[in-house]
Amino acid sequence: MTRSLVEATGLRKTFARSGVWSSKGPAVQAVNGVDLQVHPGETLGLVGESGSGKSTLGRLLLRLIEPDAGALRYDDVDLLACAPGKLRKLRRHFQIIFQDPYGSLNPRMKIGSAIGEPLTIHKLVRNREERKDRVADLLRQVGLDPSAVSRYPHEFSGGQRQRIGIARAIACAPRFIVADEPVSALDAPVQAQIINLLVELQEKLGLAYLFIAHDLRLVKHICDRVAVMYLGRIVESAPADALYSNPRHPYTQALLASTPNPEPGPPTPPQLFGEPASPTRPPAGCTFHPRCPVAEPGCSRQNPRLMETEPGHKVACHLVNPPAE
Amino acid sequence: MDALLRLEDLRVEYPGMDPGRPVRAVDGLSLDLRPAEAYALVGESGCGKSATALAVLRLVEPGRITGGRMFFEGRDLLSLSEKQMREVRGARIGIVFQEASAALNPVMRIGAQIAEALRIHKRLTRRAAWAEAVRLLGVVALSDPERQAKAYPHELSGGMKQRVMMAIALSCSPSLLIADEPTTALDVTIQAQVLELLRQLRKELRLTILLITHDLGVVAENADRVGVMYAGRLVEEAPVQALFESPQHPYTRGLLRSLPARSEKTADRRLPTLPGSVPDPTAPPPGCRFHPRCPEAFEPCASREPQESAPTPSRRVACFLHTEPAGVGRSEGPSR
Repeated sequence: MTRSLVEATGLRKTFARSGVWSSKGPAVQAVNGVDLQVHPGETLGLVGESGSGKSTLGRLLLRLIEPDAGALRYDDVDLLACAPGKLRKLRRHFQIIFQDPYGSLNPRMKIGSAIGEPLTIHKLVRNREERKDRVADLLRQVGLDPSAVSRYPHEFSGGQRQRIGIARAIACAPRFIVADEPVSALDAPVQAQIINLLVELQEKLGLAYLFIAHDLRLVKHICDRVAVMYLGRIVESAPADALYSNPRHPYTQALLASTPNPEPGPPTPPQLFGEPASPTRPPAGCTFHPRCPVAEPGCSRQNPRLMETEPGHKVACHLVNPPAE
Repeated sequence: MDALLRLEDLRVEYPGMDPGRPVRAVDGLSLDLRPAEAYALVGESGCGKSATALAVLRLVEPGRITGGRMFFEGRDLLSLSEKQMREVRGARIGIVFQEASAALNPVMRIGAQIAEALRIHKRLTRRAAWAEAVRLLGVVALSDPERQAKAYPHELSGGMKQRVMMAIALSCSPSLLIADEPTTALDVTIQAQVLELLRQLRKELRLTILLITHDLGVVAENADRVGVMYAGRLVEEAPVQALFESPQHPYTRGLLRSLPARSEKTADRRLPTLPGSVPDPTAPPPGCRFHPRCPEAFEPCASREPQESAPTPSRRVACFLHTEPAGVGRSEGPSR
C-alpha cells in the first residue's frame, strides 16, 4: 500500500449552537469519529446528503477549522501540533475549491489580483513581471483568456468563475485540493467541462483531490475511491468500481437507487422513508437504523464499526459484519 | 384534442444592464399543453424556461410580455384584467417554486398560509378553511397534519416545506400545476419522496403539469413530453421516450451526452462536452443561436433562422439538418 498524503484518525467536531435567546442550544455533532486517508495523486469521492458532515470533514482535513479530537497528518507533519508560522507556510500545499466561487471571490478585486495574491504571500514570484506571467499562464491552464486579469468577478458566468476559483487554488502548486461540490451549481454541459478540467490538471500537476459531492453518478466517473457519509460518520468506503457494482451498506444502496436515471422508464420509487435524524440528537446505535429498510433490533443498541469486508472495501453495518455478542 | 394551455409566439423581455439592450428571455415560443399530461421544459440556466412559467401567470415584473398570445382553458390570458388574472392565479393555475422557504411567509403558521388561499378563492369561513388546510396537509402526506398546521416554516425540513407548497398550490383544485425546479434543492432520497407524491396527486386529481427543470433524470421518469429550450427558443419537442432515444437537435444530443449517467466510465475519465458556453442573452448570435457551438453547423446556420419541422407527427425540431436538402444527409441521425 502506498503511503498516504493526508491521514486523519478519529476526527471529531461538534459545533456548539449559541441561540439568540437562549445562552446555549444543543450541540451539532458534525463529524463523529472519522478515519480517512488520501493517497498522492488520487481522487477520493466523499458523498452524502446535506448535514452529513462532508463539508466539515473537508475543512477539518485542511485545518481550516479545529477538530475537538483526533489526529491529522500531512506527509510527515503532525498538522495539529504544527506551529502557526509553519502551518501558514505549509498551507500552499493544500487548497480548497468552493461550490460558489462568487462567494469566495472579492467582488472589488480584479481577477489578476485574486489569483496573484497567494503567489505574493507565499513568495513564489520575485517581481510584478514574473507574477503577471504566472497569472496569465494559470488563466490559460484553466481555459480562460489572459485578458481576464483586468476584469471583475461579476463579469463572468458561473462556469468561468469556477475556472477562476480553480486557477487560484492551483496557483501555489499544491499537492492536495479539497473540491467542495465544485460543480453542483452548474448545468450539465458546464459540469462536464469543469470535471474534464479538474481531471486534466490532476494528470499534469499530480494533484490529489477530496471530491465532495451529493451526486453519486458524477463521482463515479472521476474517483479512484469513494467514501459515503451519514450523520457525521463514514458508513462505507471502497474503490469506486466496487462501490457501484457491489454497494454493501443499505444507505449506499438507497442513495444509488434514489438518483433518477436519465433513461425513460418506470419511475424510481422512494427507497427511504422519513428524513435523516437531527445531528444534534443522533439516534442511538447505528445512526441510520430509524430509516433503514432492513434494520434489526440489535441495530439500535450498538454503533457498528467500519470494518474491511474485502481488500479496500469497508462497511459499517451490523448486517454485513455481525457484532460479536 | 384541445389544448389546456396554448402559447403562441410568446416573447418576454427583461431590462438589461444597458437600457438599450433588453434581455430577450423568451423569444418566440409556441407550445400546447394537453389536458392531464406532464410536459417538461428543460434547458440550461438562462434559457428562458422559468420566464416562460412566470409569463403564464403574468408575473414577469420587472420584465414584460412583449409579444405573442396565451390561451388557458379557452381564455386569452393577455386580455384579462388584473382582477380576472388574480382569479386564475392560485385558483386555476397553481405554482410550486424551487425555494419553498422563500415562498412561504416565515411569521405565519403553515395552516394559515394554506387557509388564506382558500378564504380568498373559495370564500370559506375561517374555521372551514383551517379544517380544509389540515385535510390538504394530510393529502400531501405530512405526518400529524393537525399539529403540523400550527408549525412555522422554520420548524419544517426542506422536503416538508415543499409538501406545504404543494398543498397551497393544490388548495383550490387548479387544472394546471406549474412546478419550477420543485426538487432541485432537495437531497436525492427526499427528492424521490416528493416526486412520488407529485405522480400520485397527478393521477388522483387529473392534473396537467408544466415541469420546469434542468435535471434530465427527473424529466425521464416524470414527463410525458419534453420541450428543450436554448437561448429563449424551443429547439426540440418530443414524447419523452423518443427524445431520449433519438434526439434530433444537435443541442439535445450534446446535452444528453454530457450527463455522467449516460456515458460509460472511460480510461481517461473525460466526459463528452459541448464546446463553448450559452450566448449573451442581450446579443444572441445571428441565424441559429446554437450554431457557434454546433458540431454539425453548415452554410445556412449562421445567416438564417431555422424553421420548425416535424420529423414525425408528434415531434418538432428547429434545425437546418432537417429542412435543407444539403443538411438532411449530413445529420448524424438518431444517436445516443
